[in-house]
This record gives sequence, structure tokens and C-alpha cells, in this order.
Amino acid sequence: MLTAVIALAGLGLLGSLGLAIAARVFAVETDPRAEEIEEVLPGANCGACGKPGCFDLAREIARGNADIDACPVGGEKAAKAIGKIMGIDFSGGGERYVALVLCAGDNKEALKKYQYNGIYDCVSVDMFFGGDKACSYGCLGLGTCAGACPFGAIDILPEGIAKVDSDKCTGCGKCIEACPKGIIKLVPAGRNVHILCSSHDKGAAAKKKCRVACIGCQKCVKAAPEGAIHMDDFLAVINYDAEIPESVAGECPMGTIKVFKTEDSAGQETAGGGS
Amino acid sequence: MAGGFFGGVHPEYNKELSRGKSIRVMPLPEQLTVYFSQNLGAPSNAVVKKGEEVKKGQVIAQPGGFVSTPVHSPTSGKIKSTGFYPSPVGTLMEAAVIIPDGRDEWEEGCDRERDTAGLTSDEIKDIVKEAGIVGMGGATFPTHVKLSPPEDKPIDILILNGAECEPYLTSDHRLMLEKTEEILEGASLFARAINVKNIVVAIEKNKPGAIEKMREAVEGRDGFSVEPMEVIYPQGAEKQLIYSITGRKVPAGGLPMEAGALVQNVGTCLAAFEAARLSRPLIQRVVAVTGSGIKNPGNVLARVGTSFRDIIDFCGGMTDDTAKVISGGPMMGVSQYSLDSAVNKGTSGIVLLKADEVAQFENEPCIRCGRCLVVCPMKLNPSALSIFAERMRYEETGEHGVADCIECGSCAYVCPSKRPLVQHFKRAKAEIRNRSKKAG
Repeated sequence: MLTAVIALAGLGLLGSLGLAIAARVFAVETDPRAEEIEEVLPGANCGACGKPGCFDLAREIARGNADIDACPVGGEKAAKAIGKIMGIDFSGGGERYVALVLCAGDNKEALKKYQYNGIYDCVSVDMFFGGDKACSYGCLGLGTCAGACPFGAIDILPEGIAKVDSDKCTGCGKCIEACPKGIIKLVPAGRNVHILCSSHDKGAAAKKKCRVACIGCQKCVKAAPEGAIHMDDFLAVINYDAEIPESVAGECPMGTIKVFKTEDSAGQETAGGGS
Repeated sequence: MAGGFFGGVHPEYNKELSRGKSIRVMPLPEQLTVYFSQNLGAPSNAVVKKGEEVKKGQVIAQPGGFVSTPVHSPTSGKIKSTGFYPSPVGTLMEAAVIIPDGRDEWEEGCDRERDTAGLTSDEIKDIVKEAGIVGMGGATFPTHVKLSPPEDKPIDILILNGAECEPYLTSDHRLMLEKTEEILEGASLFARAINVKNIVVAIEKNKPGAIEKMREAVEGRDGFSVEPMEVIYPQGAEKQLIYSITGRKVPAGGLPMEAGALVQNVGTCLAAFEAARLSRPLIQRVVAVTGSGIKNPGNVLARVGTSFRDIIDFCGGMTDDTAKVISGGPMMGVSQYSLDSAVNKGTSGIVLLKADEVAQFENEPCIRCGRCLVVCPMKLNPSALSIFAERMRYEETGEHGVADCIECGSCAYVCPSKRPLVQHFKRAKAEIRNRSKKAG
């Protein structure tokens, strides 16, 4: 009996000694700063920085392989806190960017070319003649972007169009990847003049398909300061680096140019649901 | 007697609408919309521009790779414009709008009688390739690719697919009745191209006239036999047909050549005959125009590029309460939103249905009743696949063999929850393709 106790205790001692030595020999260096940085990061593991998750980014920042403002979601606040941890002064980053859906052709304004019955997802309907909207460029309104948004910042309005809530949007860009039409763009927050159309159809064709389509008349190009709006294949495109007076919106015969600050919710009622 | 593959369903066939109608030749319409790409595989590249004059049989698009085919002008005339048009396969596709000049003049070198007796295997393959022949049952797979098996995969049986298991469609049935000899001539050319001595004509038993006609025609032809098949959908699917006739299984993800078999649709055989014997490229096909929505159902020999509108008008127009126009049959066809869609090389039929005949998908949850497992001819698990696809877990759909799905629609046909199963699988396949493209 006693021998058994001693033998087992001895075995236990031997095993723990082995473990203790292994822990010394094979110790993995962890940077305590990485853990601190992880505390600061939003923890959404959204992948907007290009890394698989927040801890991976924290580790890279601690190693000096990534910038302290590499997390677009945490923005300036996180960058400052990370700067403190790393002993780097954060000199103020760029602007905050938010996503914007460049289409205003909801079900009241845009024609449908067929009645869709199938999987309610933009990618699935897009595989079928490019979607049920007559305009092959417009928002399909089935909420694939809303489903992809880790922050619940996108709503599908009852009129069947996606709308970004810029207060919740962190500019991570997940929706841009998800949208089969590629009509979501990151724009600097706080801008107030927007051309909400992505159609490259010629004027007459675009007009037939949607009441708020850009018809490429170029009136806005002439009214805006030099270089602020340019034409890209029958579509007027805003250069967000330029200042555009709100009066330009009045020049648009189609009402494609909308005035609202991306900071606030564009004065529209948002609806829940959607994904 | 053959026809013992796993699964399958028995939909309403409704073939009597157009079964007894002889093939009518449709006069040239006022304009033709010819898609530049009409095959499964690599898209072809346009070689003509707006304003150009073309001759009948002139190449207007060149193949974009080995698994690709040329496209020829179906008549002589002028190219009015090029642009994107809705196509029967469910995409917007680039096409040339050709205004016929009425002379229907052949390109130099086309429409000449040729003695086919002395043609070698390679000559036959070249003729088939240059005539732009694709699988005319609807899959539009380039035929010359099927005729080029690798050395290590010898083929010992050629199966002529006259099963035509898809409901409503009758174009192959009529071809077997009216073009019997030409089909068998085309088949012997295929047999010579791949050096096969055993040729089986497979016809579902619901076409006794065609079986009888073929039996008479194969008498005295060496190596030919006729095999009546059990009537069950999808009997005409390539892998199912090979199993029904030979008992051989095509390995998952493999091609029929790996089971030592080659399957050719009867319409494809006719096209091969016309290409070899008369030097005519593939510019026309028989389309069954049928369903309760068409006033005068029938089988129409139409030029490639004939718009659905013209072909429907030729068949007396549609009834006022037509709700759906399908290119192909109701099981595997694609609904069209525009009658501007035009016949391409794979358009085997146009089916017009009324509202009460059109099923609505409901996207209800799967109740795991297992009916889809019983009918899936590929022995897949459509229920699990669709649940993975719904949750966007596309890797798992791949692991569970979604690539083997032949999109026959049997699962969706029996699903009590009316789930859009085939659409889920098409989406999953596309996602897997895109991901492997991204991964390089």
C-alpha cells in the first residue's frame, strides 16, 4: 500500500518536474502590449484591417508590423489609446469614412423587369438575368449587404432599397464585398452632396428604367467647381475631395443629386429587418 | 429493357400537345439575334462589327479556347447592331442583330455535297469542330471535346440519347420519326471518329413510334441496336443513361468517357450529318413550342437567333392568360422575362404555362422528410446541401458533393416545403467556382 502511494507520488513529481522544465525551455514570448492593444480594439473580429481577427492585428501592431491606426473600425479613439501603449504619438488620422449606397431607385422610382420568386438574396437574384430590376446597375434591395454588416448599420427600407446608418457604420467595407452590384462606396463622413446613381446606361435608356437615374446630361458638371464632378461612361461621379455647393443639386433635372450629411440619417425613416 | 438507376420522379409528361405535329420550317424572320457565345465552357469571341455584311454560314464568333465553339451567321444580311440581350440561359449576353437580306446566300465553301465514306477520324473531328456543333439536348457542351478522349480512356459504346425525358418536349421525338436515316448516318460518323463498334439508340417507351421506326432503320446496320428505356425522369441525363444501359457508374466529378461511354443527343447526330455530308454549319434546330399557353403547339425548325416572339407568333400566338414562358422544359428550363430572348443552339423547346400550372417557391424551412434523398438520381442529400447553402457554408456543400448535382430538379419537384433547392445548388456551385478562382 505504502509503496503504491510513494510510487504514484514519485511519478507525479517526475511528471510535474518535466512540465516545469518544458515550460522554461519551450516558453513562447508573448508581448504584454499585444494583450493591452487587444483590450482597446473593438473585438468585432470583422476583418476590415485585413487580418483574421482583432488579436492578430494587436500582435502585428505590438511587433511594429502594423500601424497604430490600422483598425478602421476603432478609428481615432482606438489609435490614440494604442499610441499610448506603444509610446507613439498619434498625430491625428485621416477622415472617418462611411459606406454609402449609390442608388436611389427604390420600388417607387425604378421599374422591375420580372416578378422574382426564389431565394431572397441579392447574389441569387443577380445570377438570374442580373436581377429583377430593369436597371442592371441598381440596388436589388434583398439585404445581402445588411447580412454582411457586423455592426447592424444597414437597413433595408420598406421601399426595397439598402440604406446605411452612418452613426453605426465603421467603414469596415464588408458590405462593399458583399454587394453583387458593387454600388457601395466608402465616402468621407460629413459630406453633404451625393449623386445616388450607378447606372452607365445612356440617358434615354436609364430614364426608361428609373425615374431618379443619372441621364448623363452634365448640368451638374458645369455647375460644380472645376474637377468636382466628372463623367464616367454616361454617369456623373463626385470627387469627394472637392467642396461642392448644395446649389448643384438643384441643377439636376432627375433629382439624382441628394443633399444630406452622411453624418446624420438623411432625414429618412429607417426600417428594421432586412437581412 | 433498361432503366434502373437510383431515384427519379414521374412528372406529368404532357407530350400529347405537340407529339403528333410534324416539324414545320419557319420562314426567315425580319431580324435575328445571334449570341456570340453558345456553348458550355469558354466563351467565343466576336469577329464581326456593326454594319458588316455577312453570308449564311460565315463565322461571326471564334472559339475562345479548346472547350469552345465557333458561331455562324444563320442567314445572309447585314449586322444592324451588337449589344447585350436577354439569353435563354438566364443571363444578359452579347449578340449581333442581323437583318436578313432575303437572299439566304451561303458562304463560299458551305452547302456542298461531300462523300463521307472516306473521312478519317481526325477529319470528322475537325468538321464537327468547325461546324460549331454542341450537345443539342440543352447542355450545349462542345461535341468535338467529347470526341477527343484521352488515350488511356478507351470508349467501347456510343449511346444515342433519344430518351427525351423532360416533360412537354417533343423535338427529339419528331427528329427520330422524320430524320431517322440522317441521325444514324451522323451516329456512324461519331462511331468512326472514336472507333466504336457498339451503338445503342436509347428511347423512352412512351415513344413507341420512334422505337419502331428506329428498329426498322437499324436493321442491316452493323453494331446498331435500339434499347427501349423505362419512362422515368431524368432517364435522359447522361450519367443515368449510361448506368441504365451498361450498368457502369461514372465516377463522381468524372466524365462519361471514364465509364468508357459516349452519349450524343439525336439532334447532335443530325447536325453532324449535315456538317459532314452537306458542309453546313449548325445554324438551325428543331424547337418544340408547347404548353397550355400556346394557341397552336408544334415543332418548329427555326434558325438560331429567331426571337421567342417570332416563334410564338408563328405558332398562333399565346393565350391572354399565359403566365410563364420557359426556355427548355419545366424541370430544367429557365423562365424568360422577355420575348426578345432568341433561340440558341441548345433551345430544345419553349413552354408556355398558365398561372395555375406555375409552382411558387415558398422558402419554408426544411422539415427533413427525406423525400429528396429518395429521388435524387445522384444519391446526394439535397436537404443537407440546401441547409448549408442557406447558411452560406459553401465549403460544406462542396464536401457533400454539390458539384455532382445535375440540376435535374427532382428534389424541388417532390419538396413539400417548396424550397428553391436547385437555385441553392446553382448558387453554391457558383460560389465554389468564384472562390477557387480567387485562390488562383
